[in-house]
Amino acid sequence: MADKNRVDEPTGTELVGHEWDGIEELNTPLPRWWLWTFYATIAWSVVYVVLYPAWPMVSQATEGVLGWSSRGALADEMTAADMARVSTFERIAVTDITKLSADPELMGQAIAGGAAAFKQHCVQCHGAGAAGYEEYGYPNLNDDDWIWGGEIGDIEYTLTHGIRWEGSDQTRISYMPAFEGIFEREQVDALVGHVLSLSGNGSSNAVGAELYAANCVACHQASGEGDQLQGAPALNDAIWLYGNSEASIRQQILAPRHGAMPGWSDKLDPVTIRMLAAYVHSRGGGEDTAQDAPIAETSEQEAAQQEVSGAEGDDRL
Amino acid sequence: MTASDQLEQPSKWVRALDKTGITRGGPPSNGPLYEKRKSVHNKRIDGPFRRFKWLVMVVTLAIYYITPWLRWDRGPYAPDQAVLIDLANRRFYMFDIEIWPHEFYFVAGMLIMAGIGLFLVTSAVGRAWCGYACPQTVWTDLFQHVDRFIDGDRNARMRLDKAPWGPSKIARRGGKWGIYLLISLVTGGAWILYFADAQTLFVEFFTGTASPVAYMTVAVLTGTTFWLGGFMREQVCIYMCPWPRIQAAMLDEQSLIVTYKDWRGEQRGSLKKAQKELEKYGDCIDCRECIAVCPTGIDIREGQQVGCITCALCIDACDRVMKDIGRPRGLIDYATLDQCEAEAAGAPAMPAWKALLRPRTFIYFGIWGAIGTAMLFALGTRSHTGLTVSPDRNPPFMLMKDGSVRNAYTLRLRNMEGRPRDMEIALSGLPRGAVMWTDRIGRDEAAATQKIAVPADETRVVRAYVTIPAGSSADQFTFELTSLDEQREQDAEPTTFAMPGGN
Repeated sequence: MADKNRVDEPTGTELVGHEWDGIEELNTPLPRWWLWTFYATIAWSVVYVVLYPAWPMVSQATEGVLGWSSRGALADEMTAADMARVSTFERIAVTDITKLSADPELMGQAIAGGAAAFKQHCVQCHGAGAAGYEEYGYPNLNDDDWIWGGEIGDIEYTLTHGIRWEGSDQTRISYMPAFEGIFEREQVDALVGHVLSLSGNGSSNAVGAELYAANCVACHQASGEGDQLQGAPALNDAIWLYGNSEASIRQQILAPRHGAMPGWSDKLDPVTIRMLAAYVHSRGGGEDTAQDAPIAETSEQEAAQQEVSGAEGDDRL
Repeated sequence: MTASDQLEQPSKWVRALDKTGITRGGPPSNGPLYEKRKSVHNKRIDGPFRRFKWLVMVVTLAIYYITPWLRWDRGPYAPDQAVLIDLANRRFYMFDIEIWPHEFYFVAGMLIMAGIGLFLVTSAVGRAWCGYACPQTVWTDLFQHVDRFIDGDRNARMRLDKAPWGPSKIARRGGKWGIYLLISLVTGGAWILYFADAQTLFVEFFTGTASPVAYMTVAVLTGTTFWLGGFMREQVCIYMCPWPRIQAAMLDEQSLIVTYKDWRGEQRGSLKKAQKELEKYGDCIDCRECIAVCPTGIDIREGQQVGCITCALCIDACDRVMKDIGRPRGLIDYATLDQCEAEAAGAPAMPAWKALLRPRTFIYFGIWGAIGTAMLFALGTRSHTGLTVSPDRNPPFMLMKDGSVRNAYTLRLRNMEGRPRDMEIALSGLPRGAVMWTDRIGRDEAAATQKIAVPADETRVVRAYVTIPAGSSADQFTFELTSLDEQREQDAEPTTFAMPGGN
């Protein structure tokens, strides 16, 4: 280190005395402020380790003295957000569901909340646009054909108790009897033809009509309009849960498929279910209830009249 | 060596360049890496250009500070501030003009006009923006007047700069910086008034109830004005601002710029010398007044340079000296480089305004005027009613139980007037029996046309369900919108109708 005090000519800086391939290092110490900043970061890191989770352990990190964790912070934020919505939820909970749409603001909030819950719990079967999947028998929720009723209260009931769901003794249950082995092949063909003719598609025939009158009218009614009380689908309209191909109808007669809808009362709170009902009802196919005429502001009598005229409208087919 | 002497001396590099014509590649290794800034203490001067500069300063500052306080009655549904950039509600109000977000092209058009206007002005009269109207110039000028008011003129300021710190200097500096700060605060404060109701915000600001954004904006603008106007000054023009480079590229030999007529001034010599040997010396008596008055501290006699903001104060200074020694004015003058060359070769002086009339300025003016006319036309004839339609994509269509097919659409109805209006939407191009209902009207009133009330100055979003009867089919159709008032403004938007089976 004899060279230690040798000075670099162009810069006037001392050399440290090392040399590699003729390249030498200048002795340029760190500025003092830089050094203090460095010490400060070390002190900071010690404080940080004491206060916050830092050392990774087998399943989780050491807990800081402050007890802070990112998961806890998220939970706090979620709680705060939920608290901010409590009053809205309370209002939705105490409002008669058939009168919810009388308050457009509350209805809007319910629909928004329902849309969010739908994306989380319902799209798996009913699709993102709630259009269902015909090939699996998941019903379309946008149309105006309801097997168990499409008034907002009916929808809430279905959501709560499900359809053919073991979890609730109030669930909606109906079973189409299987006619496998009861009808002859020709009889089934004739019946399929008659059923299709109810919706104006196939050709009716005496054998089919007779079989229908004997076996089907109890649930599906004389002209195939179905019965929402029993969950018997209408056969005289354009909408078919499993499609209107002859094969599908034949299968439904011989060995019917029975879809099941889980009830959500054990997973979701009543307010969320109510908001889901509002959202599904608002998709454009929901049926009006007698009390539910806030937009047109018609009297109950007029509303009832409209229901009648609506029914007549269905008869056009 | 005084500060001005240092300024006059070309640096060692420049001299090296002069002699050899090549650069020597960087500073000498034993010297400092950067040159220290030399303070500019420009001298007070009076003259036509200085008076024009005063006028521009007063007018621009007045516009800036007063505009937010002007009121403009727009009826009960819109703010009454004449110029307001309402970011929260996404509206831009300028007297009778109200700009919505979808009309932002008006703002883009104004920016393009400003750009072409700058081309026009620069190609005609040089860097007039830099010299007179640029905010940096205006506020620097204002702060320089504060300097002059507190510390005195050039020589007094230079003496004070060198003087040791004492009670007098502390008081002067403190007072000066206090006034800087006050001006900066007013400047930053006026800015936020353009973005909210000025009277309300003014009260809120001083009662501590304004939003944190307001305080932060004022703090930042106060800080930057204080620093850039009070201390950085000409360094902003020379080192920080990109405009000098861009504007210099817009100049040509026919642009009016501030020029030193060296054919007339050289060789320089003191008045005594010049009087003794008339033949040998030119008109420039090397009095250095042009340097003393320059706000960026340059020597215009060195020729065109990026530090010259063409404020023309040197012309005022030189003209006065020429008058005193009995020579014609205009040794330093607004002239074109071509004109200077011609005069040097003996041609007669040309009036300055002739330089403005040439193809380049006409073309710029033509483009500028065409855009302006088109914008005025668009503003005058624009509709205050608008419709946009977006069809639902999921699901694209819906088969109803009676066999009819329904599509859902989100309609946005714009009412750009300051009063609520009824509008009518009609379906056009769909088969007979097609009807619509909306989330506001109800399906029991489904019809081919619907009346919808749209609040003043708002966009109403409506979800519309359009149904065509069983057995019919449809592809393209149009939503037609008509305002149900005396104007009967219309808009239409074509859209598609999706059917089962796809198309």
